[in-house]
Amino acid sequence: MKALLVAEYRKNTLLGSVNELLAFAQKTEAETAMFMVGSDSQLPAFDGTLYLADVAEYGEYNPGVHKELLLAAVAEFQPEMIVFSHSSYGWDLAPRIACALKASQVSEVVDVENGALIVPLCNGKLRRQVQPETPITVVTLQAGAFGLLDEPSGSPAVKPVSTEAAATISFTGYEEAEAGGVDLSKAEIIVSAGRGIGQPENVSMISDLAKVLGGEYGASRPVVDSEWVEHNRQVGTTGQTVSPKLYVACGISGAIQHLAGMKKSEFVVAINTDKDAPIGEVADVLVVADLKQFVPVLTEKLQAD
Amino acid sequence: MKILVCIKQVPDMESKFKIDSAGTWYDTADLAWRMNEYDEYAVEQAVRLKEESGDADLTVLCIGSDKVKETMKKALAMGCDRGVHVTDDAVSSKEPFEIAGIIAEFARDKQFDLIFTGMQSQDRGSAQVGVLVAEMLAIPSISTIVDFSYADGLAEVKRELEGGVRALVSVKTPALFTCQLGLNTPRYPTLPNIMKAKRKELLSVPVQELLNIQARQKTAKTYFPEKKGGGIVLEGDPAELADNLIQILKEKTAILS
Repeated sequence: MKALLVAEYRKNTLLGSVNELLAFAQKTEAETAMFMVGSDSQLPAFDGTLYLADVAEYGEYNPGVHKELLLAAVAEFQPEMIVFSHSSYGWDLAPRIACALKASQVSEVVDVENGALIVPLCNGKLRRQVQPETPITVVTLQAGAFGLLDEPSGSPAVKPVSTEAAATISFTGYEEAEAGGVDLSKAEIIVSAGRGIGQPENVSMISDLAKVLGGEYGASRPVVDSEWVEHNRQVGTTGQTVSPKLYVACGISGAIQHLAGMKKSEFVVAINTDKDAPIGEVADVLVVADLKQFVPVLTEKLQAD
Repeated sequence: MKILVCIKQVPDMESKFKIDSAGTWYDTADLAWRMNEYDEYAVEQAVRLKEESGDADLTVLCIGSDKVKETMKKALAMGCDRGVHVTDDAVSSKEPFEIAGIIAEFARDKQFDLIFTGMQSQDRGSAQVGVLVAEMLAIPSISTIVDFSYADGLAEVKRELEGGVRALVSVKTPALFTCQLGLNTPRYPTLPNIMKAKRKELLSVPVQELLNIQARQKTAKTYFPEKKGGGIVLEGDPAELADNLIQILKEKTAILS
């Protein structure tokens, strides 16, 4: 199988997710080439052809033009599979390529079993085995699903690609995440609030438990989107990635994006009324309870302890 | 100005799911259904744009069996002008290319200035349909927006990237936008608007009239992931649970020593 991996380059940096693409290629024993709109000053470590478009000319986000550049690489390499990360860059560009090539697209692949692609369904509660029926398949890989056994090595043979295509959108720059506040990435104990807290008044229940445990409190995306907790406390792919000694997930179902942000925690306690919630998959202890009843009792007992 | 918003009806994700008899999807019986969460933000943005512009015409489209009308009524009560119900009893087995093909075929000759969709659905989660519709219509699209403003044929948006970073992007209409959670605060329909929605136009179009793309993939099987062993499940009275949990934390972590 021939696979063309699509590396990402943002803010003048080659993103580390390229290693997950390489791990996927290794696992599927694919003959590998890579495509990147980037710079020759930062080349991915691997042995094979790198189709390189100059980021100074084409920009970091410019999907209509990146599509044409990638199609030029596809025309040369003739891959059977085109592999993206399931990221803001990948899920944006992948369907454009699939549409142009009349290829099937399989999104957010979490595993490959005997050549079959496995994806989540219903926010991770179920799994689906997908059978593409086209000569070319486009896939996006869930963040963190594929890991490399060894540090990547090698140096690619660079082939420049170019296009005359005009931009269809105008990308003018980045806006940074709000700085300041807490740095959850350094916290040893984190108690996080999810949608299950029900109303903003219950945030104090979570912060009280965090306090008595000597830690910080965090939140999942819906709680931050509702503006019950400030953004710099959000745990997940679009917030902070954390690795505390203890993570207590209160009323968090465990959306894939949240799990990606906390699954490196040493010990995970989940408090949830839904025994089948995906958070149970990463929990060392799952307390099946309504957090509004359970958390105050726990806090009180810890205080007395 | 003509606006289209595309919505999907999905099960409540807290539901107790079962596998269907074919073993290729979840069983759709005995589930509570609602509007895909991402699409609520799309509807809200479309309605706000209509309110700001004053003279916009806003159509909401949904594909599915008769039960999706309930979800469409919510969109109409939120402020959409009319509904287009593409009737299809087999919607859940259709893959993103077929769904996008149906929507693009409907939209092709309608000259929509702006199209809004959710960035993904909560069940299938492919994040493909919106971008595919735009590609099929040959109009620009911007995915995963968390901020939107529009004036004189130019939309200025923020795209959400990883780690809380946003990309600032602008595009001339016609264009399509896929909406991320947090883009706005979707409104709750008021009772008068729910009553008004009952009198709004709800067109019905059989899917056969719009479907001209073949499936490019199929689901071989659907199953529950294996539970990773080792996790302890505690159930019972809150006070007992708290004692049990404290005991476990003392034994297994260095935190309560």
